[in-house]
Amino acid sequence: MNWANHLIILPILLPMATAAALIPIDDRNRTLKGVLSFASTVVLFFAAIILVTLAASSQDAADSAFVYMLGNWPAPFGIVLVLDRLSALMLALSAVLGLAAQVYAMARWHTAGYHFHSLFQLLLAGLNGAFLTGDLFNLFVFFEMMLAASYGLLLHGSGPLRVKAGLHYIAVNLAASSLFLIGVSLIYGATGTLNMADLAVRIMTLGPESRMLMEAGAALLGIAFLVKAGMWPLGFWLPTAYSAATPPVAAMFAILTKVGFYVILRLSMLLFGDEAGMSAGFGQTLLLYGGLLTIGFGAVGVLASQAMGRIAGYSVLVSSGTLLAAIGLGNSAVIGGALFYVVSSTLTICAFFLLIELVERGRDAGADVLAVTMEAYGDLDEDEDEKEVGVAVPGTLAVLGLCFCTCAILMSGLPPLSGFLAKFAILHELFNEDGFGGNMPIGAGQWIYVALLILSGLAAMIAMNRIGIRTFWTSIEGTIPRVFLIEITPVLLLLLATVFLSLQAGPAMRYMDAAAKSLANPKNYTDRVLTAPRVAPAGGV
Amino acid sequence: MELVLSAGIGVLTASGVWLLFRPRTYQVIIGLSLLSYAVNLFIFGMGRLRVNAPPVLEPGGVGGLLTHTDPIPQALVLTAIVIGFAMTALFLVVLLASRGFTGTDHVDGRE
Repeated sequence: MNWANHLIILPILLPMATAAALIPIDDRNRTLKGVLSFASTVVLFFAAIILVTLAASSQDAADSAFVYMLGNWPAPFGIVLVLDRLSALMLALSAVLGLAAQVYAMARWHTAGYHFHSLFQLLLAGLNGAFLTGDLFNLFVFFEMMLAASYGLLLHGSGPLRVKAGLHYIAVNLAASSLFLIGVSLIYGATGTLNMADLAVRIMTLGPESRMLMEAGAALLGIAFLVKAGMWPLGFWLPTAYSAATPPVAAMFAILTKVGFYVILRLSMLLFGDEAGMSAGFGQTLLLYGGLLTIGFGAVGVLASQAMGRIAGYSVLVSSGTLLAAIGLGNSAVIGGALFYVVSSTLTICAFFLLIELVERGRDAGADVLAVTMEAYGDLDEDEDEKEVGVAVPGTLAVLGLCFCTCAILMSGLPPLSGFLAKFAILHELFNEDGFGGNMPIGAGQWIYVALLILSGLAAMIAMNRIGIRTFWTSIEGTIPRVFLIEITPVLLLLLATVFLSLQAGPAMRYMDAAAKSLANPKNYTDRVLTAPRVAPAGGV
Repeated sequence: MELVLSAGIGVLTASGVWLLFRPRTYQVIIGLSLLSYAVNLFIFGMGRLRVNAPPVLEPGGVGGLLTHTDPIPQALVLTAIVIGFAMTALFLVVLLASRGFTGTDHVDGRE
């Protein structure tokens, strides 16, 4: 085992160690903590890039799973970490978001409460662990770690609005965690294993009475993740919680719904693929129609929102509905497009959450009294404006307007940026009857999906136009927000990343397609995990 | 024994869910606690009910399903208890903060 294989565990260990190291440092040295934490995330980012190239290095799409056995215990008995194209992609995405949110927070938001950076690193560790693990109960532990950190981060900055949103968020997620545990233990009771690869093998030969229990367990598990992904009718908590969070936290939360998507994608492809016998395609119809309803609900919510934070929150719902319905279609070519969409939409929503606060900073709270929505608005941050450091950007409004337009183009899926390419890839594969999906007829669900995909883009465009005109053209008081370089840079870089993604769409799309193909072929994953060789003990020990 | 355990889990879950939907924060937290007790018992039950069967091996002894009980659900329960306990403590703090900000114990912060 060479050093690159040990690199697999770095995305979990490094943030955990950093979080622990930051706790004893006094909170008055916030800049020091921020710099240390940022340095750690930079290392994490490069590790994720190496892991992506490692996962992409094998030419055979099916042969890309790298297995790391914790404690050198062989697979069904010990816990394994598994790196493949999909998990490497998600690692890289969370590291990029982490970098952007952290730089942004260092301008002023990390002063709004205690231990921001430790919580942030723990969130990263939990996220990375959830992406890497190959064991169901270990997934629960990392999931709880991520949630615990997210509770702290949502409450960061305090204030009645955030505490209220946090109360609902925590209650919903604690109830969902109970469902998660019931699901995991039902699956264990029915199959006798928690290792995902072992589970996929055992499901093929399960007896009818155990199969029923296992499917019930999988359904409960699915509900827990659908709550996280915000599927209608489980996602009413989401827009309020996301728009109440401080901007860097909300930006990082853009990837939390994607964890729900990731786990559902991973488990449904692994456990309920074509080889699963009786259980093949379990839950797909529900995912498809639930996803469609989520897109519809999100699009209506986007249209109805008067505040930017709400628009962003409902856009999160639209994007996770799009992804869930893509899983529900059961066509692995569409999954390739959906993975491209994950990257594009996560970067966009992250940038938009960061941008919102910069744009609204210049506006008087009174301007929004005139606008309808006061529900999600708290004017608690006004006295924090004084003690800022940094260089004010010239031509602030031009830069902000440009960023806003780019976000609008990306969210509504207009050409030439990656939002358009992602939707185009999904639509193209839906109609491509001779493609990887074979000669599947186009059913009613697919047509509704196509229509909703386009209409949700229209809804986003209308809402963004309306709020853009109100903010930039007919602004009531015309004050120019004070924006600092350190705050606008992450937004610009995130948007540049989407431009880069659009320019490099060819290689990126090939990577996503290979990831989707290896997901559609779970046998290679299970073989790699179950036959992974143990490492020989070092000489003399 | 099976009947007692399943009835216990059922009663705890039913009470927990009912309390979870009540408007007072204290009721919600008690509901969540009851739910987590029910879940813990449920996980324990998934290892099959056995009396007088140890989950760990004696030194030099031979293990088997005839003489031993499945240790994994017990390990899972321990983890779930610890996590559930920590989350309840955190929720309690948020509850108090909400009470402090709004002056009411309603979950929405207003009657």
